[in-house]
Amino acid sequence: MRPLARDLKDAAAVAFFAFLIFGPFIGLPLSNNQAGNLTLGTRPQALALAVGAVFLARLGLLAWARWHPAPLAPRFTIKLQGAGRFIAPVLLVFAVLMPLLPGLPNAYIDLGVLIMTYVMLGWGLNIVVGLAGLLDLGYVAFYAVGAYSFALISLNFGLGFWECLPIAGILAAFWGVCLGFPVLRLRGDYLAIVTLAFGEIIRLVITNWVSLTGGPNGLLGMPQPSLFGLRFSMAGGPGTFAGFFHITPAPWQRTAYLYYIILALALLTNWVTLRLRKQPLGRAWEALREDEIACRSLGINVRNTKLTAFAIGAFFGGFAGCFFAARQSFISPDSFTFMESATVLAIVVLGGAGSQLGVVLAACVMIGVPQMLQSLQIYRMLIFGLALVIIMIVRPRGFISTRRPTVTLGKRGGVIGADLVSQGRG
Amino acid sequence: MSNVLELDRVSSFYGPIQALREVSIEVPENQIVTLIGANGAGKSTLMMTIFGDPRARSGRVMYYGEDITGLPAYQIARKGIAQSPEGRRVFPRMSVEENLLMGAQVVDYRDYAANLRKIFTLFPRLEERFGQRAGTLSGGEQQMLAIARALMSMPKLLLLDEPSLGLAPLVIKQIFGAIRELNRETGLTVLLVEQNANQALRLAQRAYVLVNGQLTMQGTGAELLAKPEIRAAYLEGAH
Repeated sequence: MRPLARDLKDAAAVAFFAFLIFGPFIGLPLSNNQAGNLTLGTRPQALALAVGAVFLARLGLLAWARWHPAPLAPRFTIKLQGAGRFIAPVLLVFAVLMPLLPGLPNAYIDLGVLIMTYVMLGWGLNIVVGLAGLLDLGYVAFYAVGAYSFALISLNFGLGFWECLPIAGILAAFWGVCLGFPVLRLRGDYLAIVTLAFGEIIRLVITNWVSLTGGPNGLLGMPQPSLFGLRFSMAGGPGTFAGFFHITPAPWQRTAYLYYIILALALLTNWVTLRLRKQPLGRAWEALREDEIACRSLGINVRNTKLTAFAIGAFFGGFAGCFFAARQSFISPDSFTFMESATVLAIVVLGGAGSQLGVVLAACVMIGVPQMLQSLQIYRMLIFGLALVIIMIVRPRGFISTRRPTVTLGKRGGVIGADLVSQGRG
Repeated sequence: MSNVLELDRVSSFYGPIQALREVSIEVPENQIVTLIGANGAGKSTLMMTIFGDPRARSGRVMYYGEDITGLPAYQIARKGIAQSPEGRRVFPRMSVEENLLMGAQVVDYRDYAANLRKIFTLFPRLEERFGQRAGTLSGGEQQMLAIARALMSMPKLLLLDEPSLGLAPLVIKQIFGAIRELNRETGLTVLLVEQNANQALRLAQRAYVLVNGQLTMQGTGAELLAKPEIRAAYLEGAH
């Protein structure tokens, strides 16, 4: 009986807080009366319903936790790990063929572009957060630097997308190092705060430097990426993609081209990351995430290791930003708010920090699901939020939380999940 | 006999608090030197000061006659001083192999296989655990790994900070046996910081006692072991 009493008490406490929060929101609705004045009404039934639902949900959750003490997750992890070897190639084939599927609406390819952009951002941030363990809340800054680099260079000097791409990456990497230097000694929460501020600074500078960036009005009219000089134009005719191949111009051609660009950029990010993980540098990043003091005593140059993580992560953020600006042909500071950083970080964490496949799955969930739920309108974000909470309860360390050793020269041990290590078992 | 390491009146501070007061020690080549003291005596600070963090505010740290006082930690490690830090600090989510690779980061990769073989003779357990995550090893195995990781850089001087910390007596015996073997077979110079005075003094050719950041006694291990005040302060009730 005692556990039940404790559960009831716990649920009652949670219900009380729900009452405090929902009280004003649900219990006291504002409405317009006939005369157009605002009146404050009461809705005791609705409030009781909401609080009651919270109470029962909490009780159910506690009961569920009691029935399934802990395992479940680790076993599931190992299964996912094994499946990862098949999932990744299948996903890749699907990603490559997706735009060519007959009868696929253009909007889906466009959604694919959006998801792929976030996959790339997630992979870029994964270098900093997942591998090097540096919590970066201002990743959007590099995205913005990349986007504005492309916009300003193409508008002022007439360079195209492909010429600007490496420049945008390098400029972003430069700013990555600029951010890296002052935060070298910071860790954890403090690092997060400074990177958060950095993201805001970049956005505020862009907003207020009107003569250069156009301020809140943004920049307009950047050139679209071309395929070996062939433009994508609905008009057709010579010099355009459709004209060259003698096909009817259609919007999906341009979208599919953009899709393949971002797919290639994302895969490049992934390839570089996977390569680096097997190199001493990548190993040093991971060791740094695990224990900085131990790293120092092993002769690792902690400063340079951190700076390269920031620089390479920022480099790919710059690529993504450049692509974003080219795709939109219009950018403004509104696209580079903290919300973007938070989304990308959520993708990395939800995926299981450090896991490349996890980022893909998380990006699909984070970006794809809200789009799919459009029809549910105002309940969309509610359901989305609920889904995230449930995911974090079931898989507290992200979708794929096990990490395979990057080298295996000799004998192999079993795969032991982070779940087990953290619980002191295994 | 030349000294591998020499501390010359080293003082270091944490902010305004002085942790070491003009400590001078000598670590002769091919010897095991131990530094014993109670909790908070400054033992670990001394280790860290050798590695330049915190940097000695006065005095000098000499390594083979070269002043290394102001160097950053990673350069000191590259000169051939390796450290097995207090509390082991293995990389828990990385495999044993990856941990060892991290130790070999500063040296030529071509020596890796040969060094690995030496490590496996010294600690056969690590070979069994090669692909396993370091966080899943037992405390003793983690300590072996921490020492092995330090050895992978082929150091001329090995600093060991409390290798007996939190280990069962039998495991401590094993670890200390391995240290003795290392020193005897390869002539490796070791500076051992320990709270476990009994074991450390038996192992060491030379010993120092640190109290409140100051050296109070020095001599051979056997000499200190025989002193009544050492027995009273550090050995009573110890196994």
